[in-house]
Amino acid sequence: MKSFTTIDGNEAVAYVAYRCNEVMGIYPITPSSNMGEWCDQWASEGVKNLWGTIPSVVAMQSEGGAAGTVHGALQTGALTCTFTASQGLLLKIPNMLKIAGELTPTVFHISARALATHALSIFGDHSDVMLARTTGFAMLSSDSVQEAMDFALIAQAATLESRVPFLHFFDGFRTSHEVSKIELISDDTMRAMISEEAVIAHRQRAMNPDRPVLRGTAQNPDVFFQAREACNPYYLKCADVTQRAMDKFRQLTGREYKVFQYSGAPDATDIVVLMGSACETADETVDFLNAQGGKYGVVRVRLYRPFDVKRFIECLPPTVKTVSVLDRTKEPGAGGEPLYLDVVAALVEGLPEGYGQLKAMPRVLGGRYGLSSKEFTPAMLKGVFDNARSAQPKNHFSVGIEDDVTHFSLPYDPDFSTEGEKVVRAMFYGLGSDGTVGANKNSIKIIGESTGNYAQGYFVYDSKKAGAVTVSHLRFGPTPIRATYLVNRANFVACHQPVFLERYDMLQPLVPGGTFLLNTPFGADEIWDRLPRPMQLQMVNKKAKFFVIDAIKVARASGMGSRINTVMQTCFFALSGVLPRDQAIEQIKYTIKKTYGRKGEDVVRKNIEAVEHTLTHLHEVKVPAQITSGFDIPDPFTADAPSRIKETLGKIYGGQGDSLPVSAFPCDGTFPTATTQYEKRNLALEIPVWDPKTCIQCGKCTVVCPHGAIRMKVYDAAALDGAPATFKSCDARAPEWKGMKYTIQVAPEDCTGCVLCVDACPAKNKTEVKLKAINMRPQAPLRLPERENWGFFLKIPDLDRRKIKVTQLRQQQVMRPLFEFSGACAGCGETPYIKLLSQLFGDRAVIANATGCSSIYGGNLPTTPYCVNHEGRGPTWNNSLFEDCAEFGLGFRVSIDKQREFACELLRRMTPTLGDDLVNAIITADQTMESGIYDQRERVAALKQKLQGNSSSEARMLLSVADNLVRRSVWMLGGDGWAYDIGYGGLDHVLASGRDVNVLVLDTEVYSNTGGQMSKATPRGAVAKFAAGGKPLAKKDMGLIAMTYGTVYVASVAMGAKDEHTLRAFIEAESYPGPSLIIAYSHCIAHGINLDAGIGMRQQKSAVESGQWLLYRFDPRRAAAGENPLQLDSQAAKTRIADFLMSENRFKMLTKSKPEDAKRFFEMAQKDAEARWQLYTYMAARKLGGNGTPAAPAPAPAPAAKA
Amino acid sequence: MDFSTTYLGLKLRSPLVLSACPLTQEVDDIKRAEDSGAGAIVLPSMFEEQLRQERAELDAALEQGTQSFSEALSYFPDVGEFRLGGEDYLEHIAAAKAATKIPVIASLNGASLGGWTDFAKKIQTAGADALELNIYYIPTDPDLTSADVEKTYLDILKAVKQAVTIPVAVKLSPFFSSMANVARELDRAGADGLVLFNRFYQPDIDLETLEVEHSLLLSTPQARRLPLRWVAILHGRVKASLAATSGIHTASDALKVLMAGADVAMLCSVLLRKGLPQIAAIEKEMRQWMEQHEYDSIEQLKGSLSQKNCPDPAAFERAQYMRVISSWRPA
Repeated sequence: MKSFTTIDGNEAVAYVAYRCNEVMGIYPITPSSNMGEWCDQWASEGVKNLWGTIPSVVAMQSEGGAAGTVHGALQTGALTCTFTASQGLLLKIPNMLKIAGELTPTVFHISARALATHALSIFGDHSDVMLARTTGFAMLSSDSVQEAMDFALIAQAATLESRVPFLHFFDGFRTSHEVSKIELISDDTMRAMISEEAVIAHRQRAMNPDRPVLRGTAQNPDVFFQAREACNPYYLKCADVTQRAMDKFRQLTGREYKVFQYSGAPDATDIVVLMGSACETADETVDFLNAQGGKYGVVRVRLYRPFDVKRFIECLPPTVKTVSVLDRTKEPGAGGEPLYLDVVAALVEGLPEGYGQLKAMPRVLGGRYGLSSKEFTPAMLKGVFDNARSAQPKNHFSVGIEDDVTHFSLPYDPDFSTEGEKVVRAMFYGLGSDGTVGANKNSIKIIGESTGNYAQGYFVYDSKKAGAVTVSHLRFGPTPIRATYLVNRANFVACHQPVFLERYDMLQPLVPGGTFLLNTPFGADEIWDRLPRPMQLQMVNKKAKFFVIDAIKVARASGMGSRINTVMQTCFFALSGVLPRDQAIEQIKYTIKKTYGRKGEDVVRKNIEAVEHTLTHLHEVKVPAQITSGFDIPDPFTADAPSRIKETLGKIYGGQGDSLPVSAFPCDGTFPTATTQYEKRNLALEIPVWDPKTCIQCGKCTVVCPHGAIRMKVYDAAALDGAPATFKSCDARAPEWKGMKYTIQVAPEDCTGCVLCVDACPAKNKTEVKLKAINMRPQAPLRLPERENWGFFLKIPDLDRRKIKVTQLRQQQVMRPLFEFSGACAGCGETPYIKLLSQLFGDRAVIANATGCSSIYGGNLPTTPYCVNHEGRGPTWNNSLFEDCAEFGLGFRVSIDKQREFACELLRRMTPTLGDDLVNAIITADQTMESGIYDQRERVAALKQKLQGNSSSEARMLLSVADNLVRRSVWMLGGDGWAYDIGYGGLDHVLASGRDVNVLVLDTEVYSNTGGQMSKATPRGAVAKFAAGGKPLAKKDMGLIAMTYGTVYVASVAMGAKDEHTLRAFIEAESYPGPSLIIAYSHCIAHGINLDAGIGMRQQKSAVESGQWLLYRFDPRRAAAGENPLQLDSQAAKTRIADFLMSENRFKMLTKSKPEDAKRFFEMAQKDAEARWQLYTYMAARKLGGNGTPAAPAPAPAPAAKA
Repeated sequence: MDFSTTYLGLKLRSPLVLSACPLTQEVDDIKRAEDSGAGAIVLPSMFEEQLRQERAELDAALEQGTQSFSEALSYFPDVGEFRLGGEDYLEHIAAAKAATKIPVIASLNGASLGGWTDFAKKIQTAGADALELNIYYIPTDPDLTSADVEKTYLDILKAVKQAVTIPVAVKLSPFFSSMANVARELDRAGADGLVLFNRFYQPDIDLETLEVEHSLLLSTPQARRLPLRWVAILHGRVKASLAATSGIHTASDALKVLMAGADVAMLCSVLLRKGLPQIAAIEKEMRQWMEQHEYDSIEQLKGSLSQKNCPDPAAFERAQYMRVISSWRPA
């Protein structure tokens, strides 16, 4: 009996891989992480594989590490697989060559993703798998969620049979994350597919001391070549083996696959050849065109390596005249993209051999499409056919974009559509926090599992973490859905958040007569006039049906807060008619019980109440015939944004990025900084309001703000001229600032409302103690006046940095942040540190950023939070890779030092021209203080002035490197995944280099960006992905390891526990003329704490007070002065570790899932903390100096730092 | 000498009962209490609202930030079933029952009708010999009348009584306009016992932090006067058993409340201060006193000085107040 399920591609693959293997080496990388997560979860739940044993799932420190472990597991006989994507696959390549060279059966499942080039992209294309072509792995491509499951099994069967390792790939996101109703493969089918003889043969080849063999020899020119050719027979029969596996699979399941699968007209003249999810769209399009008399065909390349020339040519109809080969990758400088070259070679080679029925060489055209999940639609495919049939077809074309620079792109008619009447298509605009996506995933399951309909869901997420917007694209229909592109003709559009009315043209995709559902606090009789003009126009012209509901009201009344998901889901079912209303409601309730049951009855009850109260609040709005609206959808960026930025980044922000042509972009991935200021996201429902009378001017509110949205300024009273009426100001309290004015100002449209500042405020109102010096108030009425105040505030000149006592937080905080309004989570625990860094050193900072949260909120287009001061100076930033941040940053240092050295040499050489005084002053400048840096800038400016007009080579060279004479602050930023795991080897080397670099580890104790996987920084007992049963081992003490060098400045800080300690550590680290490591405790959404309540910094304090986190500074300069280099800045624990652990759900949840383990881990964690405290107090108390001193050698100072 | 008593229809070997407190949290302590002679133990209170709050918090924490950002559609693994329904508590009842022979009384704590009945059933199934309802309610809403408040107590009791067959005691606060009436109404509604009184944690103010503090104060011997009065007044007027709690620290305290009419004397603070062996010490002293004063049994002295049985019933009434005040002189 057929069994259907509704799952996404990753789960479909993991389902098979888990059952067919014994060992999995895993490491998180988007979009493949979920496959490893599923396996880890099943293993922790005790799910068994086909042979009745629970596979061992081992999380490694990097993909390279995972590949090494997989290689080892294979060599010793276990059935082993792994999962990865993109850069992760690249890191596996060295081992893949070994695995293939040793003819070892395994399957690497790859959710294919773009490689980082001019930019990183997490989205899907084939550039990663194409780089693995030379590894000797067979490459099998699946095109849909169903195929992903099927091919996971076919690959497994074929690899065991052929001994050739397989790379099974499918499109990242489009297939890996598409939720689809598919037929589940039974265990019996899997058993029938997997040859036990082949499994046993694999074991018999394993390394075994009872019958020892040796592999991995070193070979010389005499034999290497011949030995390399010895594998040929296996590759020659691999395609046959694969086809046999496919044939067997057909017998078992009825689903037919071919190594090269042709579909379309038997007498086609024009065909396309392609791989991956686009094949589905191509099939759909060809069917549509052929039904209208076309002669088109599609060749799906399933087994890409080994490339079976004969089979390829044999699958082509004899009538083919043009072959358009579509590659989802780009190889700049190549004669064509890889699949194109393969097809050309196959035809050139195969036709003379007499393969197939083709009589003449067809015209072969190559083109690129779909990079980074760029849409590939029927319209584009038609464009490809139109090109092929044109008199002068373009070769090496691109499709889906407008290339107005090199004119490679094909034109196409965007209105061409193949969407059929029988398919219901729906779009939902929601916020991440309102649960829209989760509810839609449930809707797909309801429809997929309780009706005969097929269902598909694809979800477009935001790259911002705070206030993330989601757009859900759902299709339902009686036949399998092949449309692997976004819904662009919707029968139903729902807007779950009224704020989107101002932002998106949501009704553009609505078909005539379609339905629009809006969540709004306004009733059916008052909403019309509040809609923007384009929306009214669309509704009138399209004769749309319009419904409204106050979903927030219904949700709140049921105790659901702002989670309106079940309310809107109920409306969708009621209006769409996909299911009879009563049946739909019953199914929703059933799903609620299934989804939330484990979280307790009250959670279920609240959701069910919401469902029951929904329909009485759903009202139809009669769409008037007249347009009454006087307003348009506003521009996405503020009016003051430079026009070039508005036209490009503004369009991206407004959701129009697809429309931008090639010429809109830099050729090398270079973008301006300081652009978040132009997007006013208005996320906060409430913002902080300052009360100058209560304020003690301590600076704590501003230092903790993750978004740089609350700031302080100290200024001359004269600057208040022309201040808006509501602008607040008071006398500055610091004696040094006597006579000056003081203001705390909030950026009302940039604040995310995270409440951290209010929580941090220590001042209390004398008469009403609940009030502090800043208090949260509704944003809406404050928006306009505070916008004006913010504008005025920004124009007040910044205080001269030379006049600021930087070690005092209350003064230091007046420094302008050069990191603002990032897309980090509201209440983020990392960004306050980066902002502090930017205030202190941003005007001369060069930042290398490891991939992760900090690179995403730091550098995700369209806007960038790193910004500039009034002189235009600010951090310059780059993200190389995840693993190489330390090395990348070291490169900055070496380069800058070299250029500075060269500049000094040139200065000396040019002394006669430039004068002794200037040259000496520049070379010997003391730049340890702000004033020294200021003076040096002046000197360098004078130097440049002098060099102007001097055309000598020395002068021109000096001019080109002179900027390096001002002290640069080199920083490496990244999370614990980088520093503790994947980048640790490099980081260790850099720390040992003695160079003047600064490393800031934003330690969230978990891989935050990829969704909370365990790292070596994860503390004992914490529940994380890859540690579902709680991490059994203690956190790695990286600071302690770094201290053993004796030449590394090390600080462990937690801003929420002691902000001035953090400040001091940053200043000391930066001033230390050698490597510095700051390990910064960063609370995180992945800790299971309520970020909305603004408790992040409080949690940091609790961590320190319990002894879970230590504060210390280890300064080798103290050792050089005969003092103990280690200063322990924590007090002895005031509370038990368990008190802290129970305040965070990452730990507490273990007490609810595995109470015995939790108890044991918590007790061990207490002992860990006590032992750590004992060790550190001992180390900090050691008396140094005199004979036998464990002297710490002074670091080799870097030249620039000495200046 | 017969030291036994009957409480909630249960025959206890001693009238000294360990009240709901941290000392009944561990099975080892419960065993020690039994060894020291406790007649019964009341398990720590199960806070119904707290459970609900915990479920909501966990749900919120696990949902937070999910399905929003492409790389992190969730932040925690799906760990399957959570034990959020007070399973620990139910297991504790079973473990306590298995470890001791004395009656184990479970305690449910809450302020509203909520999920009391469901959990009460589970408590019964888990093997508790009786159930103490610890209803705490600070009626801060000026629209709420005393009758409303009393009705809440009655509704909860009735609902629970319908759900279970084991005896049910109600732990009361002393803040009722008509304590006697409330006691009688609860008695009529089927309360098998009344526990007098619940000591609310009274808040304090920290002058340094300007925060309201919630620190636990152990009872003082003076606190015993209040339950003593009301036990004495209610003895013989309600069918329900009476338990005196608060400020019972010594053998004489225990003897006094028993004479006032309590069926059991509940101990807590004294044991937190001096340890569980103190139960045996108190019993020993009580027995000595009873021997010296030729009492044969607890039953004999129970209620002997209740309002009904004492020579001066008015002594338990308010009129006494003025006389006490006026007779007081500064030292």
